[in-house]
Amino acid sequence: MANDHIDITVEPGEVHALLGENGAGKSTLMNQLYGLLQPDEGEILVDGEAKVFRSPRDAISAGIGMVHQHFMLVPVFTVAENIALGAEETRGGPLGWLDRRRNRRDVLETSKRYGLPVDPDALVENLPVGAQQRVEIVKALTRDVDLLILDEPTAVLTPQETDELLSVMRSLAETGKSIVFITHKLREVKAIADRITVIRRGRTVGTATPDTSEDELAALMVGRDVSLEVTKTPADPGREVLKVSGLVVDDDRGVRVVDGVDLVVRSGEVLGIAGVQGNGQTELVEAIMGLRLARAGKVELEDADLAGRSTKQVLGAGVGYIPEDRSLDGVVKDFTVAENLVLDLYDREPFGSGLKLNLKAIADSAAERVSQFDIRTPSPQSTVGTLSGGNQQKVVVAREMSRPLKLLIASQPTRGVDVGSIEFIHNQIIHERDVGTAVLVVSSELDEVVGLADRIAVMYRGRILATVSPDMPREEIGLLMAGITGDTQEEDSE
Amino acid sequence: MTTEAPAAPPEKEKAKEEKEESFLGLFLHNLWSANTVTVTILSIFLALVIGAVLIVVSDSAVLSTFSYFTARPSDALTGSWDLISRAYADLFKGAIFDPAAIQALFNGTGDWKTALNPLSETLTYAAPLVFTGLSVALAFRGGLFNIGGQGQAVIGCITAGVAGFAIGLPAGLHLVVALAAGLIGGALWGFLPGLLKARTGAHEVITTIMLNYTATLFLGWLILQNGIRDPERTDAISKTVDSSAILPAMPAPLRVHLGIVLAVIVTAGVAWLINRSSFGFELRAVGVNQNAAKTAGMSVAKTYTMLMVVAGGLAGLGGAVQVLGTADKLTGQVAGNIGFDGLLVALLGRNKPWGTLFAAILYGALRAGGNLMQVDVGISLELVTVLQALIVIFIAAPALVKAIFQLRDARSARLGTSMAKGW
Amino acid sequence: MSGVSTATAEDLSEATAPDRFWSRQRRLGAALVIIGLIAAVIFGSLAESATARFTLSEDAEGAALSINGQFGAILFGVIAVAAGGALLAGVAKRWQTLLLCLGIVAFVFSFLCWQVAGKFLPLVDTASGSLELALPLILGALAGVLCERSGVVNVAIEGQFLMGAFGAALVGTLATSVWAGVVSAIVGGVIIASLLAVLAIRFLVDQVVVGIVLNLFALGVTGFLYERLMQPDALKYNSPPRLPEWRIPGLADIPVVGPVLFETNLLVWLALILVVVIHLGLTRTRWGLRTRAVGEHPTAADTVGIRVRGLRYMNVLLGGVVAGAGGAYFTLVSTSAFNKNMTAGAGFIALAALIFGRWTPFGALGAALFFGFAQKLANYLSAVGSPVPNQFLNMLPYIATIVAVAGLVGRVRAPAADGVPYVKS
Repeated sequence: MANDHIDITVEPGEVHALLGENGAGKSTLMNQLYGLLQPDEGEILVDGEAKVFRSPRDAISAGIGMVHQHFMLVPVFTVAENIALGAEETRGGPLGWLDRRRNRRDVLETSKRYGLPVDPDALVENLPVGAQQRVEIVKALTRDVDLLILDEPTAVLTPQETDELLSVMRSLAETGKSIVFITHKLREVKAIADRITVIRRGRTVGTATPDTSEDELAALMVGRDVSLEVTKTPADPGREVLKVSGLVVDDDRGVRVVDGVDLVVRSGEVLGIAGVQGNGQTELVEAIMGLRLARAGKVELEDADLAGRSTKQVLGAGVGYIPEDRSLDGVVKDFTVAENLVLDLYDREPFGSGLKLNLKAIADSAAERVSQFDIRTPSPQSTVGTLSGGNQQKVVVAREMSRPLKLLIASQPTRGVDVGSIEFIHNQIIHERDVGTAVLVVSSELDEVVGLADRIAVMYRGRILATVSPDMPREEIGLLMAGITGDTQEEDSE
Repeated sequence: MTTEAPAAPPEKEKAKEEKEESFLGLFLHNLWSANTVTVTILSIFLALVIGAVLIVVSDSAVLSTFSYFTARPSDALTGSWDLISRAYADLFKGAIFDPAAIQALFNGTGDWKTALNPLSETLTYAAPLVFTGLSVALAFRGGLFNIGGQGQAVIGCITAGVAGFAIGLPAGLHLVVALAAGLIGGALWGFLPGLLKARTGAHEVITTIMLNYTATLFLGWLILQNGIRDPERTDAISKTVDSSAILPAMPAPLRVHLGIVLAVIVTAGVAWLINRSSFGFELRAVGVNQNAAKTAGMSVAKTYTMLMVVAGGLAGLGGAVQVLGTADKLTGQVAGNIGFDGLLVALLGRNKPWGTLFAAILYGALRAGGNLMQVDVGISLELVTVLQALIVIFIAAPALVKAIFQLRDARSARLGTSMAKGW
Repeated sequence: MSGVSTATAEDLSEATAPDRFWSRQRRLGAALVIIGLIAAVIFGSLAESATARFTLSEDAEGAALSINGQFGAILFGVIAVAAGGALLAGVAKRWQTLLLCLGIVAFVFSFLCWQVAGKFLPLVDTASGSLELALPLILGALAGVLCERSGVVNVAIEGQFLMGAFGAALVGTLATSVWAGVVSAIVGGVIIASLLAVLAIRFLVDQVVVGIVLNLFALGVTGFLYERLMQPDALKYNSPPRLPEWRIPGLADIPVVGPVLFETNLLVWLALILVVVIHLGLTRTRWGLRTRAVGEHPTAADTVGIRVRGLRYMNVLLGGVVAGAGGAYFTLVSTSAFNKNMTAGAGFIALAALIFGRWTPFGALGAALFFGFAQKLANYLSAVGSPVPNQFLNMLPYIATIVAVAGLVGRVRAPAADGVPYVKS
């Protein structure tokens, strides 16, 4: 069960924040409100009238619009086509002859009225995420919504774009529209919300006002007073383990996303890479791991050149890798825990020799790892897909940390993981550092980077803007993440 | 249509069985849940029912009795019943054993060969299907849909057949060489779509469909060429495979040959490959999550290519068994439909090696029984094709079977339909 | 084997971005130069130095275009090389397609000059024969367009053809009406389409599996009923009337084009009109916009209130109508009796045309005409006793499709959600 008797009321003209951890049930709730999922119990009242939403069609006609976390745009359509879809202006005829001019005019009108610039003729797949989000908002607004739901809208935005979005939300609320703002970021909630509902494990655990302190909100959100601080001793950096110089990488579409990155990770230290998602971090790590070919530059692991090596060779050279998307890249959900624990070791002694697998060795090692890493599973032979997100991540961590490493790369190591497992995983990462491994942590959660790292490299548009100490004030790191360098306050040209 | 006389009783019985919590009750309770075995049996049953309807509606004599159905329904019912029961009895007699022949054997008037002939026929038809079925099943486990079993089997037929009559070698060795030739031929025909998939992402369903027809056209051309074509015949038929390259068989008229033994061995080998080998680990990982496999350092491209080579080799071996065991010459239709049937066999066997073996034997039985049915009651062999297709339709849509029979949800069995993905 | 593996070229190719120098245009150019050279050198040297006559009538008589076979083979080969060279050198983008077409046409002409040298090729007969052979391919591929643009893979075109052909023969004979035949062909196509729709959309069975099994089902059912009903009493069950040929006065008198396009049966016009209608429908109407949205991103379509499954059902059934009409070709146009497995893979060539035509109506038309021409040419060559085996010409559609999906001449891209059933999470 994702949600258990949640009550929420939204007034006209208010910005109502729905705050909760990843997996708390916020999106499920809103998908029910939007008719994508059907609630088992309970009712929805719109202007005091009970409504049943069997499909988004019903929700739309009741004046509800939604901007989804994963944009609901057809990539090969133009902006105007995407906005018109489902509410097309036609000139009649059996199939509905499209009136493209009117569709286009509607887009431009809405875009102008709310100050959300979009190009109606651009193909959506060619637009940056910020622009795609504007298209989504315009799409909802052309349908004359009274209530607009925004599901984690800031996850893909820079701090600047976030500010813009917040001011758009504010001006929409001033025109009398109600806004539900789903997020897990405390600062944004405090900046914009009129009222806050906190959700934990599918239940409403409290309502709050923007005056509530961040500590109180965090405590409500996670259920107990947690310190997001990681306790650790000062680092004792040794030799250079990973050296990246002049690295240039293109993404799948051929767009340059890593543009001349230099960085060094020493043994016994954690280098954190901070940055808004989509600034080249993913591709940087993939290039180091041999999952993506670099266009130029060098990657060296203790003087050995990694350029052109396969992923298997990079792993074999002593690199451990926790990928950012656990369910896509980290585990094979249909495989057992035991099989997942040898996913990159199955062909090495003692687990395999030649073509043969040693099933006994695999099972023995699995039993050991399960207890050592506190993986909560009915048995090592259960499929990983049946475990919770935190335990799945522990499987990945256990696999990557149970062999001697020179370098550990952890991308978004605690995304979608419960608080208890976060602590465990953070401690494991620090432990790995303390035994002398070089650690590279990539996270879009600034708190996590600040907590774990001994040095922080801020990445923006494919470049490392600066390498700073974790003691630097958060606001300054935030400015760097937005591409504003400290000394000159000069804005990176658009 | 009221031809479903035998269909009614089971359903009523099941309804009663819910009351007791006895051991038997519990057993039956589980029996009537949507687990794999129940669904498979019910699918076969449903297919037979629909087949019965087809038999009746296409029989003009019986159909005419329905014109006065309201006046005298017994004519129509007994007429239908007689026809259906004779047809399906023939299906059984032709596939497993004929009670009359067994009785004759005990009386001393019969001959053991006649008694064993139905089983021999079943296994003869099953042998090549095991290989093509395994080919499809293995590829499936690696996330590839090998529709090219037909083409690979055709090429296997060609290479094995040509090796069988074009080169002279001592008995035994010649057979091994001819089988190997079939294996290699099929492997090459599988390598092509595998390589294209790995290098360019070309969807294997499209490329293998196209290669099927290309192979068949190539065969059609080849058997007309000098050196291949039988010079003493005017029609499109090749020379006969040397006796040294023929798979040893039981004494005539029994046709069953060593191919079925080979099939069992290969099934065991494929089962080992999937579950116990590092290649099997790779292909299963790539099959269910290629991103994770790639991240763990496996080469998806290499796995796809190897997988299609092995799958093609298996289908090619099926073609070789067909030529060296049953056909002994190349003709335009030498491979029959074994590649496409292999697809159905794999689906029926749920892409598990041993399941595929049993499914192939079931299909072989239907085919062998169908022959008798055609000769005896004059019901076209095509009925067997319909039955085979229907069985797989029901197997592939367990939700449909579940809805028809009001089955309970199975506790553990997953009724997940097979992987569905786009081009 | 791959137990203890090392990196190979393949590993890296997964990660490699496309090479800058060998752009699509350059690869095409190089390919054209190579086939042009083959044409000029091999065809040219093999060709007889005699006149090749391309007559404008249906036989050897009358006006003709003539050229020396050897000279023509070399000339057109050189033209193909020149077109390829231009592509290699790099020309403006808008000329690319034109040059590509020119090169391919020149190659075909070079081949024809070689084959026809000393003989004659009736152009009208070739053109109308190509169109006739292409007819079921056009309709089948259009059925595929309707299904696949809305996200349902249709490999059951073959089965729809067979059911359509069978229905047309049976009902056409019983009712002694060709129009009743056409209607029941459509019903036959819709029967298979509805099975496809229910199993794929409602029961979420893998769409390729459904398609393949439905083909077998159609093969079995029609074969069974053929042997039980039609074979014993062909006069009663299997002698349907032919679809009449109509002639449009005036237009039919235009040389070459007239007899091909305006003195033919209704099905040809229907197919050509449908190409235009479906093209306009897909690009210019609400139905088309929604269909494409459902095929590309069904969740997005759902969130704006479009009934994804409903639209898919409708389009698959419409596809059944079109493919069923294509089935009528086999028993009401090309022959006048049903026979077991008489479609003989035409449904798969239609599938090839759909893919080769990049899932668009006009692309499908072009591909179908090309494949129809290849088949007609194969028939012609085996009739004049050419050394080129007709089996190899018949392979052309299949090989062309493999080349197309392998991206050797530019990528073909299926609708993003093609074959993926829509399930609400």
